[in-house]
Amino acid sequence: MTPTAPENSATTDQRVPFRLADVPVPLLPLQPILYRIVRRIARMHPEVFDRLGAHQRTDFVIDLTDLPLALHLRPNPRALVFRAVRKDRLPPHKAHIAGDVLMLLRMLDAEIDGDAIFFSRDLLISGDTEAVVTLRNALDDVEGSIAEDVADMFGAPGRLALRRLRALAENSE
Amino acid sequence: MTTGELVCPAGTPAALRTAVDAGADSIYCGFQNATNARNFPGLNFTPQELGKAVQYAHEKGAKVLLALNTYPPEGKFGLWREAADLGADLDVDAYIVADMGVAAYVADNHPDKRLHLSVQAAAASPDAIRYYVREFGVRRVVLPRILTIPEIREIKQEIPCEIETFIFGNHGLMVEGRCSLTNYATGLSTNMDGVCSPAHLVEYRRDAEGGMATRLGPFTIDRFGPDESAGYPTICKGRFCNSEHPEGYYAFEEPISLNLSRLLPELMDAGVNAFKIEGRQRSRAYVKKVVAAFRAAVDDIRDGLEPALSDLAALTEGQKQTEGAYKTKKWR
Repeated sequence: MTPTAPENSATTDQRVPFRLADVPVPLLPLQPILYRIVRRIARMHPEVFDRLGAHQRTDFVIDLTDLPLALHLRPNPRALVFRAVRKDRLPPHKAHIAGDVLMLLRMLDAEIDGDAIFFSRDLLISGDTEAVVTLRNALDDVEGSIAEDVADMFGAPGRLALRRLRALAENSE
Repeated sequence: MTTGELVCPAGTPAALRTAVDAGADSIYCGFQNATNARNFPGLNFTPQELGKAVQYAHEKGAKVLLALNTYPPEGKFGLWREAADLGADLDVDAYIVADMGVAAYVADNHPDKRLHLSVQAAAASPDAIRYYVREFGVRRVVLPRILTIPEIREIKQEIPCEIETFIFGNHGLMVEGRCSLTNYATGLSTNMDGVCSPAHLVEYRRDAEGGMATRLGPFTIDRFGPDESAGYPTICKGRFCNSEHPEGYYAFEEPISLNLSRLLPELMDAGVNAFKIEGRQRSRAYVKKVVAAFRAAVDDIRDGLEPALSDLAALTEGQKQTEGAYKTKKWR
């Protein structure tokens, strides 16, 4: 006799695990916030653009693998672009970077090494490698914490959110 | 003569300050052009940045070594001459050179500055090293990574200058100055243009199964499975197929990093004066962790203590480490 399957097991087996990356979110409210963020970083760290050189005009897509959106960056100081885009409707771009948000934030703040997470395959890059290397090197020359600069823009709630994100990152190690 | 001077990499001004703060005795760096062997996009120093960096290092008691360690092609020597003069104006403490012409220029025009012989010069015998000391007044030689510790000890007894050895970082072809693999594949020279595997000719292609192929120019140099650690896109770390190895094999070296932390006491006892950490192309996070780890280890040894060795495996290429030829010529 075939053992009876537990009730609802078929339903459970077929259920797709919940992933935040699959949840559709409205992008429009994010756009002014992202633009404010990139404007502030550009104002605080203008030296970044010198290191970027010709890649100021390169279109980068940063795929946040654990969120339902990607970011489109064109780091041209005269016409900055930094906006959220849908993963199934990516704009034309030359360089593609993919990784989870916490990891990318920690790399931005020089807490983890970009090459190390590339070796471990947690960071994926494709397209124009020179553009990605240039962006990485330019951002790595920014001292202090870009994440804290951004959190400060939103006052106490921003700082609290960053503390929680960092605690999450530490617990995930 | 001190032993165990910690010579640390800096690809940006922020990395230099990080290295100084983490305990570097000296920092090596270069200008944003072909005069140094890490001429990568977005990396290195403008003259203004180097001036400020030297000031910062000197205030904290650290030295700055200017890498002029490439070979000037015919008709382009002026760029190296200009870099050497700028370095003197900016008060760098030493030059790291490979080319005899550059060495002669510095010796003739900036005789008060120390000359260090780059690993790119590939001087690995007492006779070759004595030649550089006699002709150009070289004060220190950076040895290629092909010598065992007993061999280093013997060389030390026969030369009138300091020895610097690599202790951590990239472990590719160990006689770099003679490597022409990038030239073969791309037409650009590591030794004259300063770029091994130029980034604009590197491409990573992902497949539907999560694997990744690394290409340099027209050549696929490796393929990694979905869960396999990756390495640098250099030919010396590539995997190649032939009739003997149809499944592919590492013909030169595998993705792996040098880590001599366990050999530091032996190296100091052999007379090594300075320890070099490779990685001007690496991030501030790398510089901070690696420099701090070796600072603590060297200080422990100087104090007669067993060195506490940090785990640096996460920062290594392919997440693998080796003691290379320093331990045995048969390391592979």
